[in-house]
Amino acid sequence: MRFYEYEAKNLLKKQLISVPSQRLARTVEEAREAATQIGFPLVLKSQVRSGGRMKAGGVKFASAVDEVEAAASEIFKLKVRGKAPVGILVESKGDVQQEYYVGVTYDAAAKLPVAIFSDLGGIDIEEVAKQNPERVAKSHLSVLMPFSDFRAKQLVGSVGITGGDLNSLTQIFSRLIRTFLDYDLTLAEINPLAKLSDGSFVALDAHIEMEDVTIPRHSQTLTELGIGRTQEATDLTPFEKKAAEMFAGEGWVGGSMVDFGGSMGLLGGGGGTSLVAFDSIKKQGGDPANFCDWGGNFSAVDKVYQLAKLVLEKPGVEKIAVITCVLQAARVDLIARGVIKAVLEKGYSSAEKIAVFRVPGGWEEEGFRILKKYKVNFLDRSFSIDDAVREGIRNMR
Amino acid sequence: MSILIDQETKVIIQGITGREAFTSTRNSLDYGTKIVGGVTPGKRGADVYGVPVYDCVCDIVKEHEVDASVILVPARFAKDAAFEAIDNGIPVINIITEDIPRRDTAEILEFGRQHGTTIIGPNSVGVISPGKAKLGPIGGPVQDTNKTFTPGPIGVISRSGGFTGELSNMLTHSGLGQSTAISMGGDPIIGSTFVDLMLLFEADPETKAVVIFGEPGGNLEAELANWVQNRGTRLPIIAFIAGRFVEEMPGVSFGHAGSIVHGSSDTVSQKMSLLRQAGIIVAEEVSQIPKLVKEAIKYV
Repeated sequence: MRFYEYEAKNLLKKQLISVPSQRLARTVEEAREAATQIGFPLVLKSQVRSGGRMKAGGVKFASAVDEVEAAASEIFKLKVRGKAPVGILVESKGDVQQEYYVGVTYDAAAKLPVAIFSDLGGIDIEEVAKQNPERVAKSHLSVLMPFSDFRAKQLVGSVGITGGDLNSLTQIFSRLIRTFLDYDLTLAEINPLAKLSDGSFVALDAHIEMEDVTIPRHSQTLTELGIGRTQEATDLTPFEKKAAEMFAGEGWVGGSMVDFGGSMGLLGGGGGTSLVAFDSIKKQGGDPANFCDWGGNFSAVDKVYQLAKLVLEKPGVEKIAVITCVLQAARVDLIARGVIKAVLEKGYSSAEKIAVFRVPGGWEEEGFRILKKYKVNFLDRSFSIDDAVREGIRNMR
Repeated sequence: MSILIDQETKVIIQGITGREAFTSTRNSLDYGTKIVGGVTPGKRGADVYGVPVYDCVCDIVKEHEVDASVILVPARFAKDAAFEAIDNGIPVINIITEDIPRRDTAEILEFGRQHGTTIIGPNSVGVISPGKAKLGPIGGPVQDTNKTFTPGPIGVISRSGGFTGELSNMLTHSGLGQSTAISMGGDPIIGSTFVDLMLLFEADPETKAVVIFGEPGGNLEAELANWVQNRGTRLPIIAFIAGRFVEEMPGVSFGHAGSIVHGSSDTVSQKMSLLRQAGIIVAEEVSQIPKLVKEAIKYV
């Protein structure tokens, strides 16, 4: 779960990391009220869970009330990468003297968290690492040993910082690292962390992500801070919404469905298989209606039937293609039954509506018997996923 | 030969009385895997297809030399189960469990490194050395496993459990058997990376080439490219990276949590170009893999 900026800052405040005085506004009126309370100059920031907010115009400055109203109404109307804001964070704008980067995330190659510091804040850290690697300090963290502040101090010191700044930055960085470790975060980043002209340090922007499966462990804190209550106005299509509801139901494990608006409806799953099939369709010039990964634990006629019906009912779908890898847990016959049942029930011919069926694996002899009986165009395991896609596209014509 | 497991490997199954573990135990026994015991706390004295059940790993290691453990316990017990296996000196652990929090995984792996334990997974469907033995649900029932996996000289390492079988099936149909096929796990943090497993395959004289399957997200392909570039390898590597279309949609999850693209460095095209620069053969289409493998091993 990615936190909104205002949620991230609520967590930082709890962890004794300073943020500018701020209020969340849900309307232009609330933004005006917030402005009079906080005082000028101000910054108004669109609350969207997306990067590229600044470039898109989702961040505006104001030094008078009429500017606040104009800026707020513009930001509320603006979508950033297709996402509408859930509010505007109205924040006091301090006089920034220097910007820093502090962050913690996981490094898959080292299999450990990695803490990162730079005195070139305010820009993408990957860019800084490329252009000015000597200004970026990194260190892996043990997850078995308790964290000790000197590790943060070493990183801050290694780019040449000393004096009071070293101590202030070490304290903030250590608090961020503890927040990361204590709250099962997968990313905790303050960028920029600003030193203001009065010598104080404040987190100007923050990006925090908590691992979904650990949300129940932290429900008390999340509730207390009001995090996770805001429901994003999603841009899901009706088809995606129905699929998401289905995947959230009992007995389903994972699953993802994305609308691509084309004519070839897809059914399939098995981790990377859906990615491979979709790449192959794009490469071979097919017109996919959707991406489909039906998730794990997939071996019930009823699940396949429901999902097949959903895809068959999708506007624009002319035929469906059922493509999986060689199945190691699910049964081919059950998948065949589920798909055929949905096709027949919708009044279609199983010979025509199914452009291709390539599902090898357990119980495939029984599966193939059923497929033959219903004259389904199927391929066995001697054909690759690319072959299946080619056959499916050919049959769309 | 093979890596990680063979017909002599003595295996235990932690969480053996669970539903998935039941099926997996039966299928593994049928395949010839030597399973010397299982663990479910409080179920001492029970048996699963003739495999005795114990309360603790320590009770089994008193009676047998255990070479590998398969962890099939629910996510909330997984860290403790893995720690128990590591602490009892089991050298190879295959974690099948999904949805283990990343922090727990990192702790398991750090503890494992302190003890020299090799860990495969989490979120793996298993490891198989065809014709010898297998760990975990990989392959399914024995008759299906035998259609998909055959003994031979090709190593398989896959980020996707499903594709471990798919790749092996493609190789089998082209007359290329596998030395060992490994579902390395789809999580963002896993015990054995491409590089870790390449080191094992390099030490196996019968492996002649390795096929790897990658996905968007993460830095494991970049790590492999770096490793090959700096150190070189006697083994030809044939790679395929799925999910090129995901580049158009950063931040969207298309399955595995590990497959979300975060920046510019973990996209599929970036990974493919890094691998190619390192001299690794990268297949544009998945169906090209057997042909590329055959060409590559001609010169070995």
